[in-house]
Amino acid sequence: MKIEIYPKSKLENTGHEIESPYIRLKSVNKMPEYWDPEIETMPVEDLRKLQEKKLKELVHYVYENSPFYRKRFDEYGVGPEDIQTLEDVRKLPFTFKQDLRDTYPTGMFCVPNSKLVRFHASSGTTGKPTVVGYTQKDIDEWAESLARAFTSVGVGKDDILQVSYGYGLFTGGLGAHYGSEKLGSTVLPTSSGNTERQLELMKDLGTTAIACTPSYFLYMIETARKMGINIRDETKLKMGFFGAEPWSEELKKRIEDESGIKAYDIYGTSELSGPLFTECSEQCGIHVWADKFMVEILDPETGEPVSDGVSGELVITTLTKEALPLIRYRVKDLTRKLSEPCKCGRTHPRITRISGRSDDMIIVRGINVFPGQVESVLMNIPEVGNHFMIIIDRIGPLDSIKVQIEMHESAFSDRVSDMMALKKKIAGALKSVLSLAVEVELVEHGYLPRSEGKSKKVIDNRKF
Amino acid sequence: MGAGMEDKIIKQISLFAENKPGRLANVTNKLKSAGINIRAFTIAESGDFGIIRMVVDNSDYAYNVLHNAGFTVSETSVLGIEMEDVPGSMSRIAEVFGKAKINLDYAYAFVTRAQKALLIVRVNDIEKAIKTLEEDNIKLIDMKELEKI
Repeated sequence: MKIEIYPKSKLENTGHEIESPYIRLKSVNKMPEYWDPEIETMPVEDLRKLQEKKLKELVHYVYENSPFYRKRFDEYGVGPEDIQTLEDVRKLPFTFKQDLRDTYPTGMFCVPNSKLVRFHASSGTTGKPTVVGYTQKDIDEWAESLARAFTSVGVGKDDILQVSYGYGLFTGGLGAHYGSEKLGSTVLPTSSGNTERQLELMKDLGTTAIACTPSYFLYMIETARKMGINIRDETKLKMGFFGAEPWSEELKKRIEDESGIKAYDIYGTSELSGPLFTECSEQCGIHVWADKFMVEILDPETGEPVSDGVSGELVITTLTKEALPLIRYRVKDLTRKLSEPCKCGRTHPRITRISGRSDDMIIVRGINVFPGQVESVLMNIPEVGNHFMIIIDRIGPLDSIKVQIEMHESAFSDRVSDMMALKKKIAGALKSVLSLAVEVELVEHGYLPRSEGKSKKVIDNRKF
Repeated sequence: MGAGMEDKIIKQISLFAENKPGRLANVTNKLKSAGINIRAFTIAESGDFGIIRMVVDNSDYAYNVLHNAGFTVSETSVLGIEMEDVPGSMSRIAEVFGKAKINLDYAYAFVTRAQKALLIVRVNDIEKAIKTLEEDNIKLIDMKELEKI
C-alpha cells in the first residue's frame, strides 16, 4: 500500500464524528494525498533532467528496435547521438496517425509478439483503425498513470468506480479498470449500455465515482429521471471522469448541476495507451506525468512551438513505452500548456481542456467551425436541452449549416411566437460566436440519437 | 387569482410536434390507448414544427400520459366561451375583448351538439378577460361542463 487516505489522526482535528468513509471524503475538505509523492512533487529542474535522460534513452531504443523509426531518422538526417538536451527534441521528425495506418497492423512495434501482453485498436473515428500493443511494463505504467490521477481528486480504497466506458478493443474500459485496481478502489465493470441496470447497480452497490463519455453520462441522467432515480439524493455518486470525446466547460457545469456530482476531465488517446491523465482537485488543467510523457504545444500551421498558455496542437513523445513508443506524435488535439507548478503541489505540466481536434474543424462558407464552439454556445442557453446535432449541407453552390435542438420541456410555450423567438435567440447566439448564419430547428424530445460511447455531433452531407 | 376564477379556466393540452408524417398519429395513439376523449383540437403550424392544442375530457391524466411517453407537453390555461350558434355571436365577443383591450394569443371554435358554439381562447390577461366577460353576461364553460359536451 502506497498511500493512506485520511488516516484517523488527521480526522480528529475536524471535530466531525464521522462513520462512513463516503461521508468522510465529502465533509473533510482536505487536499487528497499523492500516489507517488516523490515523483509527483519533484522539483521542476530535477524533472527536466529526468526527462532529458529518458529522452536520450528513448531515441537509442527506437533507433535500435524499430525499423520504421530507424528509416525515418535516417531520411531526416538525424541520429540518436544528436539528441543531447531536451530542446534537441525539435530535431526529431514528427509521427502522424497516418504512419500507424501505413504500417498497419504492427509495423511500428519495437518488440516481438512474445513480449506483448495485449492489443487494443482505435475506434477509427477519423479513418482506418490503428492497432496498439502493450508489454507488461506498458500496462503497469498505464495503470500507474491513472492511479496517480484518480488519487489526485481523492479517489481511494473505499471508493467504488463504475467503469461505463466500453470494454474491449476500445482502451477506455480496460484502461480505467486497471488504473482503479492498481489504486485499490473497487471496480464495477459495467461497460457501456444496459443503462437501467447500470443505474440500479450504481444505487444498490453505492458507486462513488464513474468513468464514461460525457454524452453517455447525459443519457444516464435522462434515464435515471425516467426511472424515478434521483442521482443527487439516492445514489452515493460524488464524481465522474469524463472524456474520450471533446466536451465544453458549459457541458461540465450542466452535468454538475443536474446530477450533483463533481465532473473531472480525463484525457488520453489510444495511441498513447488510452485514458492516462485527469485534472486534480484544483481543476485547473490536466496533469501530464512528465516522467512518462513529454508535451510540446505547436502552431498547427507552422509546427513552431507556441508560448506557455497559448493554444496550439498537442504533440507528445512517450518516454517509457516499450511496445509502441511514439516520437513527437501529432495528436491533433488543440489545447494550451501550463508549466507553472499546480496549487496541489504537483510540479508536472498541465494541459487545459481540449478545445477541439484540428481534424474536427468544419469549413462552412469559408469559415472555420468547431463542434465544441457550438456546444459551448448551446449549453449556455438554459432553454436548450442536452442534445444537439450539426447538419451541413450544400444547396446549389452554397453551404448551409443547421443545428437541431431539443428544448427543455420548461421552455416550451404553446404560442408560436414564443417558439419563433426562442429559435431566433439561439440563432443569434450562434451567429455572434461563429460569424455564420445558422438555421435552428427545434425537434421533438428523444429525436436526437443518444450515445453510449463517443457521440456523433456533426452530419456533413456535402460531397467533395 | 380571484375567488371562483379557477373554475372558469379550462386546461388545454399543448404539445410540441415536428412537422413530419406520422407525428400526429403518435400522439393520438397514446390518447387512444389511455381512453382519453378529445373535445376540441387544432394544430398551429410553423415550418419545421407544429403546436398541437387540444381540450380533452381529463386534462391532468392526458398530461401525465403524454409527458411520461416523452412528449414535450404543457397544460395551458384558456377560456371556453359559450356562444349562440347564430350570426353575430363571434362579433359580440370580439367587440367585448376589443373594448377591454384584451389581446387574443389564439382562438379556435367549434359547434356543440346543443346548438351552441364554443370558442376556445388564450388571452394575454386571463383574469381581466374573465371579469370582463362576466360583466357582459357572456357564459364561460368550466371543465365539468366541457366533459358533458
